[in-house]
Amino acid sequence: MDFLNAIVLLTNYIIVPALTYGSQLALGAIGVTLIYGVLRFANFAYGDLMAFATMVVILTTWYLQSLGITFGLLPTAILALPVGILATIILSLFFDKTVFKYYRDKKSEPVILIVVSIGVMFILNAIVRIIIGPGDVIFMDGARFIMKAGEFKKMTGLNEGIALKSTQVITFITTIVTCSILFYFLNKTKTGKSMRAYSNNEDLALLSGIDPTKIIIYTWVIVSILATIAGTLYGLDKSFKPLAYWNNLLPIFAATIVGGIGNPVGAFYGGFVIAFTEIGLTYAYKKFLVYLLPEQLEPSSLVQYISTDYKFAISFAILVVVLIYRPNGIFKGKVI
Amino acid sequence: MRNNLDIKLAFGGMALLLVMVGFMQSWGVALAILNLCLISAVMSMGVNIQWGYSGLINFGVMGFLAIGGFATIIVSVPPVTEAWSAGGFGIILSGLILFILIASIFFVHQKFQSKYKNYLLFFLVISVIPIMKLVAGPSISAIESIDAATSGFLGGFDLPIILSWFVGAFFAAIIAFVIGKVCLGLRSDYLAISTLLISGIIVSYVKHEEWLTRGVKNVTGLKRPAPFEVDLQNSDWFVNFIEYLFKGRLSKVTDFDEKIILLNDLVMTSSSIFVKLCFSLIFSIVLITLLVFSEKALRSPWGRMMRAIRDNEDAAKAMGKNVVKRHLHIFMIGSAIIGFSGAMLVTYDGLFTPASYQPLRYTFIIWVMVLLGGTGNNYGAIIGAFVVWFIWIESAPFALFVINTLMSGIDNTNQLKMHLIDSIPYFRYLMMGLGLLVVMRYRPKGLLPEKIIKN
Repeated sequence: MDFLNAIVLLTNYIIVPALTYGSQLALGAIGVTLIYGVLRFANFAYGDLMAFATMVVILTTWYLQSLGITFGLLPTAILALPVGILATIILSLFFDKTVFKYYRDKKSEPVILIVVSIGVMFILNAIVRIIIGPGDVIFMDGARFIMKAGEFKKMTGLNEGIALKSTQVITFITTIVTCSILFYFLNKTKTGKSMRAYSNNEDLALLSGIDPTKIIIYTWVIVSILATIAGTLYGLDKSFKPLAYWNNLLPIFAATIVGGIGNPVGAFYGGFVIAFTEIGLTYAYKKFLVYLLPEQLEPSSLVQYISTDYKFAISFAILVVVLIYRPNGIFKGKVI
Repeated sequence: MRNNLDIKLAFGGMALLLVMVGFMQSWGVALAILNLCLISAVMSMGVNIQWGYSGLINFGVMGFLAIGGFATIIVSVPPVTEAWSAGGFGIILSGLILFILIASIFFVHQKFQSKYKNYLLFFLVISVIPIMKLVAGPSISAIESIDAATSGFLGGFDLPIILSWFVGAFFAAIIAFVIGKVCLGLRSDYLAISTLLISGIIVSYVKHEEWLTRGVKNVTGLKRPAPFEVDLQNSDWFVNFIEYLFKGRLSKVTDFDEKIILLNDLVMTSSSIFVKLCFSLIFSIVLITLLVFSEKALRSPWGRMMRAIRDNEDAAKAMGKNVVKRHLHIFMIGSAIIGFSGAMLVTYDGLFTPASYQPLRYTFIIWVMVLLGGTGNNYGAIIGAFVVWFIWIESAPFALFVINTLMSGIDNTNQLKMHLIDSIPYFRYLMMGLGLLVVMRYRPKGLLPEKIIKN
């Protein structure tokens, strides 16, 4: 019984949250990695792009709610997703045309593009804060829980319960579905294959008649869809706060590099690697050990490897280890 | 140096703008802007040395500034004796143990030869945190529990605060050495991301280690290299000086009581202006010294080598230059200057607030300063700092003015207008972004481009 309790405890406090957080990171990291693979720069404006997309979704959600439209047990924000996606696509293409295209045509160094993306980051940052403000916005509605901890305890008769928030399940399922569709698109369809070809070798792709403008538009469209979904899922699960999206950018970058920059499958796993290490190392194992160990061995301290204040340190440590031992990431990078 | 009309024009225009602020708003505001411009100029020169001289991308500016600020605490705050007696021994002991651990990691890394070397290294590195927790934990909680509301930390060495600027530079250089050893071999984009992450770690360290920095409880009432306003107001010489200075205005007032009130008022405002002037003087001395040295360095064989490395790394390597070592040196020098300016900033503010370190404000704005002003040109970095800080402060009144003129027909209770007025602080980000994009597009070398030095 104690053993079961310990397992349930870990599931509730590590596995479920890490799967959710990992999904959010994975979606974000795939976006960053696609931009890197096709457009060849690290986009620092990505966090604020997610914030912008979520903001549009929130505004649409409010509008729908004012009309009295809801989505039953599911959050209304899901109905608002298409609007958010459309707005983000328009915004991305606008910035591509006005800002990034110039440097791409000039074949500027990646560093210049990073600097330019910081300019875009400032602008998006300002737009989001001017329109919706810097504060917390909670826009989750519908059923909050799929399974409450109490219900689980009653059902199984254990001391520990598993609480399953509906946002957690939605996040995980949406991520799996989105990524499956994306990987199918990249590997099986003609457009996806031409994207991969372009990312692998630009000159060869041009020689075989692939139109680069089309590839770049496709990339921004896919990236915008991913950014909107990732941003909305994160906002539903926690709450919407512009600064939180910027802070999330760092673990997303770490996940991208860990998985091999430019490699979407790697980015997918990278997100989960970062999430599981981060949550696994900041969790206090005292209660878990109390269940497993005999009474005289019970620990007196929290048995926490590092406090949650140092989340960044974990992302960074993983990053350094990967860069030292496998500079191209766990999965080889540079090709979509 | 012959054809430097553009430099004179740029600085002349900047001075004119500040004087205009002095006349239109107040001299206190103008001097406050000037002082922060001077500090920002030192910061942007530090970044310019890394990015402009040798093309290293350092997004960890915020971290080095925080280290500089931390140095002011360590150097200038009086020691808390009770805290020292409660946990001082434990802290020193754990410092020793930490040193031994790090030394053994280095020993294993360099001397040890076995197929299990990597595993041993990994084990040693991950054991540092639990061991330190075990050793230092009790002393840390002992220190933090002493008088938690007013101190709860170890304090510093009670030395003059100017010294802390140099200590801040030294600390920053040491940290830069460690970071450089790990990260400088990386590609430019990896380096950018790594330095950004490291600055986040540094800031969370000063934010959460309360026994060392008081963390989010802040340290206030720091020492100053300039006199305090209150002391000035109570000193005879200053009051006499003000009386002499404003003789004309005072003689026009006949009533004795009114005269006293006016004099008091004048002493109040001039004391704060006097203090700010003292700061301006000190900061200007720092900036000019730094400028002279950097210009000399840029024109020396060393500067030529740095530019050669930046412009063509392979050629420089082929000439036998040790690129990795030079990069490490320049990374340390630039970071030391940033640390120095971080200590200056905290000294000027008179308080250390770890929670205020945000990457947007303390990393990317500094980068905008360098890029806008002109990479590789010290005058450019300085003018960039002045212009950007000026816009940063003055964009709020400017945005208010624009909103009020555009929407003058709409009354003040209008929802949209109220919302826009509430979000005025964010218009500065918009201006920064637009400014950066426009400069990168149409003047990619900045306002004052780097001059080709022929020697």
